Amino acid sequence: MAKTVIFKIKRQANPDAKPVWEEFELPWKPGMNVISSLMDIALNPVTRDGKKSTPITYDSNCLEEVCGSCAMLINGKARMACSALVDKLEQPIRLEPFSKFPVVRDLAVDRSVLFENLKAVKAWVPVDGTYDLGSGPRMAPELQEEMYPLSRCISCCCCMEACPQFNDSTGFVGAATISQVRLFNEHETGKALKSERLHALMGDGGIQECGYAQNCVEVCPKDIPLTKSISNVAGQVMKQAVKDIFTR
Amino acid sequence: MAANPKIIVVGGGLAGLSATIKIAEMSAHVDLFSIVPVKRSHSVCAQGGINAAKNLKGEGDTTWKHFDDTIYGGDFLANQSPVKDMCDQAPGIIDLLDRMGVPFNRTPEGILDFRRFGGTLYNRTAFAGATTGQQLLYALDEQVRRFESDKKVTKYEGWEFLSAVIDSKKICRGICAIDLRTMEVRTFPADAVIMATGGIGAIFGKSTNSVVCTGSSQSALYQQGAYYANGEMIQVHPTSIPGEDKLRLMSESARGEGGRVWVPRTPGDKREARSIPESERYYFLEEWYPKYGNLVPRDVATRAIHKIVHEEHLGIDGQAMVYLDLTHIDRETLNRKLEGILEIYEKFVGDDPRDVPMKIFPGMHYTMGGLWVDFNQQTNITGLFACGECDYTIHGANRLGANSLMSCIFGGFRAGPNAVQYARSSSAADGNGSFDAERKRQEDLNQRLISSDGTENPFQIWRELGEVMSKNVTVVRYNKSLKETDAKLVELLERYQKVNLSDKSKWANTSFVFTRQLFNMLQLARVITQGAAMRDESRGSHYKPDFPERDDQNWMKTTKAYFAPDADEPRFDFEPIDISLIPPRPRRYDVAK
Repeated sequence: MAKTVIFKIKRQANPDAKPVWEEFELPWKPGMNVISSLMDIALNPVTRDGKKSTPITYDSNCLEEVCGSCAMLINGKARMACSALVDKLEQPIRLEPFSKFPVVRDLAVDRSVLFENLKAVKAWVPVDGTYDLGSGPRMAPELQEEMYPLSRCISCCCCMEACPQFNDSTGFVGAATISQVRLFNEHETGKALKSERLHALMGDGGIQECGYAQNCVEVCPKDIPLTKSISNVAGQVMKQAVKDIFTR
Repeated sequence: MAANPKIIVVGGGLAGLSATIKIAEMSAHVDLFSIVPVKRSHSVCAQGGINAAKNLKGEGDTTWKHFDDTIYGGDFLANQSPVKDMCDQAPGIIDLLDRMGVPFNRTPEGILDFRRFGGTLYNRTAFAGATTGQQLLYALDEQVRRFESDKKVTKYEGWEFLSAVIDSKKICRGICAIDLRTMEVRTFPADAVIMATGGIGAIFGKSTNSVVCTGSSQSALYQQGAYYANGEMIQVHPTSIPGEDKLRLMSESARGEGGRVWVPRTPGDKREARSIPESERYYFLEEWYPKYGNLVPRDVATRAIHKIVHEEHLGIDGQAMVYLDLTHIDRETLNRKLEGILEIYEKFVGDDPRDVPMKIFPGMHYTMGGLWVDFNQQTNITGLFACGECDYTIHGANRLGANSLMSCIFGGFRAGPNAVQYARSSSAADGNGSFDAERKRQEDLNQRLISSDGTENPFQIWRELGEVMSKNVTVVRYNKSLKETDAKLVELLERYQKVNLSDKSKWANTSFVFTRQLFNMLQLARVITQGAAMRDESRGSHYKPDFPERDDQNWMKTTKAYFAPDADEPRFDFEPIDISLIPPRPRRYDVAK
């Protein structure tokens, strides 16, 4: 018999519906990944036991692990579906939506909380305007090499899903946002908002919620040094808190 | 009229965000629509860099040379004035991006580093590793988030554009869009609308484009009366990695940093690449194009690979693939300048390109054609503007690498202020009749689709569309197969009427939305195919072996397609080109131009 691949997919018709599992069996092809498999299911949405079903709903866009859309739990691990090669996965391959974000449908979840967090910490460089004001500040290559990896965060939210502290009771902002604070606080012009960013990370849900489980750095598909960012920013917050005592 | 007008921007890639920032800065309000959260737009995929003649390498580069390279690279099809404007503004745009915090690579002195790209002899490309598009998009995304916090921008992420609302005077008054979760159809009024909806890769099935790049919006507007220009000009990138779900781009920067393209000289050579001695390797680009070598423009490199594979039968293992080799470059340099793309190859193919030559093949990448706009970025529908990949300006018959990021930002920076200026002087809408009518038209279309109970699977139709377009309307084009392609498209449109959705639910129904896009893809595919059939010459990316020369006498003109509703198919007008600045001359890359 020709080689096949078996998927177990957790499906949920809408945010209030009860989740159900469906199994699909696909012909194996060289180089297939989880997204190409979901595309194959859409072409012929019939379950393993011959029941007519529907195409799976999931988020995706670039399919080369740079847009951050297709994050899901694959065999229990938070990761990007496009770069999850079937040949490297244990079967049956279990696909589930992220557990800590509201399910929209099937594997698609609402991750807008991260974008709200980025607003809260003012994750931008406050330029005066877009008219011609000459070149930007000079930057040593060493600093660029430190900042560039931080700037490759794709907002996939894998670090938040994997973090034991990221839940409703703590309201923790999560590693991605903290790492962006580090990035913008390092920038010559971005520094102008440094204390505002640090204040946004104080108190409930702030940086002190981190329990140093280090899951974030382990799941990050872009190998961003998240734990280093957290300890760096924790130090900045501490200094800011001390400074606040004397200046307020 | 409106002192603080409201402008709708559709699309949140580089072009849309650039327009948004300019508009917000002018104290007008922006409603920003995007299928995906704007930070996930296709601009993130751009890898190699962004062109500007900053001349920071002491080479004597000038904006005029950038202009000349772009016009020459585009084989004299682009109107010249807008291209000159872009090249003149490019250095200032780089400065701005630098100020916004884009982590561009630096020289030891701490200034911007530049590398060489295809179709030029100058180091003119600024870059942030090999993820430049991602870094630029993020910088603009951050600035837009800042305006959003100040309530100057309202984002509608997870909404898809369906059509423009056009009143009885043929003026665009807003848009009709669908909420991709609730499937609610709504109209949104605006004083002007800017389209920045990017590429059309999905029409070719597999391409280097993202999933959202279907060209559906452009096609919808074409069917509403907008001109679509130079649709036949499709860029096939010489170096992509074939995949089951898409073709992943392997940036031109790999060659910019010294990567070499070769095949074994002996057909069917089974030896492992690294064990093949230098003398038995055929560096065909370097031999055929001694002056530009591996950095010939994309159309030239793609045709060369096509020839090696299909005429000389020298593809690796007899397959349609050639080597792109970086193994002679030291690892440290590769990691510093190209890590992003090396990681893609490693993750998706499983080999380390620092150790083994990459196997690559041409893949559909970009549309030079797009919505027709005037020099103010306005379409032929008053109040409707377009910028970025979805407009047709700048790149002519072939785009040079690293010019797209610049053209997106330049286009947005021009469309935004022009839309505001237009809105401030335009007349008020006459009642809201056209809004209700447009919403009803779209709801009817939705109802018909959801209740259709034929036998056709939309994903199957899409697969066949992609196959026929990739086979007949990419690198090499023959009139006979173009005619067959159009007949196939007509067949697919007929089958579309018998489509059956397995999912008829009214919540986050992605296959429903896709099927709506599919109709628009099929309509636009006919524009591309018929445009290609008509143009009996070879120019830039458009190559017909039966008409191998450029024919300035008859074809130095812009193709303008418009939809004939009665016939349900495209009609064509042609428009002369602005060649006021650089007289056309033959284009060749074996010698310095």
